[in-house]
Amino acid sequence: MKKVLLSSIIVIIGITFIGRLSYLQIFSFSPDQVLEDPAIKAIYDYPERGYIYDRNGKLLVGNQPAYDVMVIPREVQPLDTLEFCSLLGIDKEQFIDKLKKARIYSPRLPSVLVPQLSKEDYARLQEKMRKYEGFYIQKRSLRDYLTESAANVLGYISEVNERDLKKNPYYEQGELTGRTGVEKQYEETLRGRKGVQYIQKDRFNRDIGPYKNGILDTLPEQGKEISITLDKDLQEYGERLMNGKRGGIVAIEPESGEILAMISGPTYNPSLLVGRERSRNYSKLHYDTIAKPLFDRAISAEGSPGSPFKTLNALVALQEGVIQPGTTFRCYNGFYVGNTKRGCHCGGGMRNMNSGIYKSCNAYFAGTFRKIYEKFPTTDEGMDVWEKHMKSFGLGNYLGYDLPTGRPGRIPGKTYYDKWYGDNRWASSYIISNSIGQGEVAATPIQLANMTAAIANRGHYFTPHILKKIGGIPIDLPQFTEAKYTTIDRKHFEPVVQGMADVYKKGTAKWLQIPDIEIAGKTGTVENFTKIDGLKTQLTDHSVFVAFAPVENPKIALAVYIEHGYYGARYAGHIASLLIEKYLKGEITRTDLEKRMLEKTLEHEYAKPHSGEEFKINEYVW
Amino acid sequence: MSGRSVLKRVDWLSVLFFLLLVGIGWINIYSSTFSEESPSIFDFGQLYGKQLFFIGVSLVGVLVILALEASFYERFSSVLYIISLVLLLGLFLFGKTIAGATSWYDLGFFNLQPSEFAKVATALALAKYLSDIQTDIKRRKDQLYAFLIILVPALLIVPQPDPGSAMVFFALVFVLFREGLPLYYLGIALLAILVFITTLMFGTTWVGIGLALLIAIFLLVKKSSFKVPAIPMVIFFTVAIAFSLSVNFVYNNVFEQRHRDRFSLWLRLEKDPAKLEEIRKTIGYNTYQSEKAIESGGFSGKGFLEGTRTKGDFVPEQHTDYIFSTVGEEWGFLGTATVVILFTLLLLRLVYLAERQRNAFSRMYGYGVISILLIHYFINVGMVIGVLPTVGIPLPFFSYGGSGLLGFTALLFIFLKLDANRLNEWL
Repeated sequence: MKKVLLSSIIVIIGITFIGRLSYLQIFSFSPDQVLEDPAIKAIYDYPERGYIYDRNGKLLVGNQPAYDVMVIPREVQPLDTLEFCSLLGIDKEQFIDKLKKARIYSPRLPSVLVPQLSKEDYARLQEKMRKYEGFYIQKRSLRDYLTESAANVLGYISEVNERDLKKNPYYEQGELTGRTGVEKQYEETLRGRKGVQYIQKDRFNRDIGPYKNGILDTLPEQGKEISITLDKDLQEYGERLMNGKRGGIVAIEPESGEILAMISGPTYNPSLLVGRERSRNYSKLHYDTIAKPLFDRAISAEGSPGSPFKTLNALVALQEGVIQPGTTFRCYNGFYVGNTKRGCHCGGGMRNMNSGIYKSCNAYFAGTFRKIYEKFPTTDEGMDVWEKHMKSFGLGNYLGYDLPTGRPGRIPGKTYYDKWYGDNRWASSYIISNSIGQGEVAATPIQLANMTAAIANRGHYFTPHILKKIGGIPIDLPQFTEAKYTTIDRKHFEPVVQGMADVYKKGTAKWLQIPDIEIAGKTGTVENFTKIDGLKTQLTDHSVFVAFAPVENPKIALAVYIEHGYYGARYAGHIASLLIEKYLKGEITRTDLEKRMLEKTLEHEYAKPHSGEEFKINEYVW
Repeated sequence: MSGRSVLKRVDWLSVLFFLLLVGIGWINIYSSTFSEESPSIFDFGQLYGKQLFFIGVSLVGVLVILALEASFYERFSSVLYIISLVLLLGLFLFGKTIAGATSWYDLGFFNLQPSEFAKVATALALAKYLSDIQTDIKRRKDQLYAFLIILVPALLIVPQPDPGSAMVFFALVFVLFREGLPLYYLGIALLAILVFITTLMFGTTWVGIGLALLIAIFLLVKKSSFKVPAIPMVIFFTVAIAFSLSVNFVYNNVFEQRHRDRFSLWLRLEKDPAKLEEIRKTIGYNTYQSEKAIESGGFSGKGFLEGTRTKGDFVPEQHTDYIFSTVGEEWGFLGTATVVILFTLLLLRLVYLAERQRNAFSRMYGYGVISILLIHYFINVGMVIGVLPTVGIPLPFFSYGGSGLLGFTALLFIFLKLDANRLNEWL
């Protein structure tokens, strides 16, 4: 016993140590990431963020320098506080308070004392800065907006949060990242890559030279400038027309899928989210939960498409061969579903496809819709075919455009109704509202615009996109440059396009013609319900309009969706017409029309449901 | 006996382990005190240069030790012991204070730390006393004298203050156990430590319940023929509880806050994780940093001279007491395991050598050497890797310091000389 006692102790100690060491170094081993190593300091060199231009090379977003007064509390020497405060433009209490906070944060690390000095203050301060030890001015780069428009498209940048940090190891606390819109979508392109220099420190946080002689250091990589497909003038003009109105407008160049304008109302000046007032402004926008200025209605607002959807039902019926352009239906100022009558405003009488479209006859399209379903032995099969055709126009799913937000809309299929009514407990009469774009179908303005572009192209479209060039080189991405074909043959489009052209010539939009330009369009008036105190209440209709022009070789296709705008030709029709003229002619000839749109707001309509009083809807007076 | 034959008979395996430890130790000292400006290893202005010089001196010392007559050490052990006691006493008058401890003589070119040499002398003196034909370790009086030999230098070292070095002397009791001191002393000591720790962790009530349970289990599983020593058992139980209560008193009233902090850190007595983390980073700063450095080394380490925490001097006293953390950071688990295995092999080899001695003095001295090396290695590495509370003693052959290296070298090689001479021990 006594002879082996010491040997056993030696062995037990050895095993214990090896065990503890393997726990430390193998099981709980976390390699010092260069960045987490307290002995290594990374100094970053941030490249300038890339500029953003519009399709014609007009600068939309640049950068402006900003100057922060920084302080390293430990290095602060006694100073003439009063003089310094007056230079900084803050009072003494503020100064002392901020200095205290900085000291609490860290006596050794720099803190921001006064953020974002103006250029004038900076100039004044710069020369005298040497007098004040422990303080210095750090230059930063902020976004500089050369337009007051397109905030929803451009997006904004803000400091990374915990989630970003976890998701992407590139970012460090306090860095900026694109938060929405183009800034987010093309973050990596615009951002470039920061350079880094690793410095070995000792425990007093003193630099003692480059880490590993700098072999890990990198040079910054410049951010690239990009051009987006927006037309700055059209976008700005559209936003002016949206004055006091809620809704979304999307204009697309049919031959390329490039988004010419993407307007969401109400919107905000992108400059609000830059600089000293940023967080206050952001709160204001964020907490406006009624008008929702941060909500991009152009791509995220799903609503019933209304009558423009009739054109697709016409196309499907033609493709399925259940009607000919000459096939007629009688309108009894409405139509019957079982014993209930549904109304129609077309005036009644016999309707063929042409007058069905330009007079927007509900009875005609209810009949057409029934015919599609009657072709098949069961409603299920009819539904599948109908759904397939509709989806080929980019409806009912995410379109695949290059913006980080959006909604898929809805083309209801049989599973949708099975869930709603129960298996096989529904029939075509249940879904008849879809014939006129009410009911269960839903689409976003960009989907409506894309659908219109597909009609303009007579059967195909290019996925709408916002990116035009990177670093001056036009993009060549197959997902944007290859045509997507609809399931409708080209030959079936002519009668429908003819009907849409007649909408302007003799139909619902005949007061909105533009001299010398032939337009094809379709009005839509969407019933609008809400709940007030739990009661289903009808509000003023949404005004919808889709159009493309010129009819031959179209240059622009657009969709305008104005909430509470009443009938289609009213607000949406006006705005569509003005935008087309602006884009194709560059000037407006019908100034009365323009004046009306610039001045008329719909605030009174939006206030109605919140007023708590009885109100009238769909008032005809302007 | 000629010089040739001693080189033939010296235990080369032990010498090899010694050289490896000294070599690896120096590489790590070089790394932890490395300076970009003067990377030359012979720069005696740098600590690694100085240590290289001490290694040279130690090797010369080895030759001297091996050249002396083996009987010299036994014959002069009392003289050496008295000289070292005088040197320790002299510190009270002429000592030089470094970092708060008056443990050195300033010899101009070199600071001599007599406590390092007192270990050698005490081990020799203890062996000499125990191997005396008159001494019987079973006698209380002789146990007391043996204990006094250990106690006196320790008591002289405590007020320097250097409680860590003083503690090392008590490791020499292993020599007594080897020579027949009843093992229940050890049992009682271990039990006392156990009661101490469990009292701090769980309180006296639970210690009482635990002990009662142990006794109950013992009564249940004992052979029916075994007669229960009832009265001693009751006494044992009472004494244990009394000790447990006194631990509480001493801990709360005699210990200072810094002592309590060390225990609350070591035994994780502080239950609030935030506070514990706070203690780790303040009171336990050294251990915290050294654990982190070792952890960051991983399996294969960051590489020679690549330890960022080492370079940044994050671990205090890294070239002396915390040298093992440099091994951990730069050489990883491979390095630390190698060092642990080297120490284990060296110590086991020394046990083997001690056991083969025909002469009682050599064997007892051998055990003294093993005890001292073991306690240093155990406490130092245990502290650096965070399994033991902080006690500032160097890692033998590894830590920077001339006196330490010379002392440990002398300690080891006197034994190797005795071992090499064992066949001539018929005089």
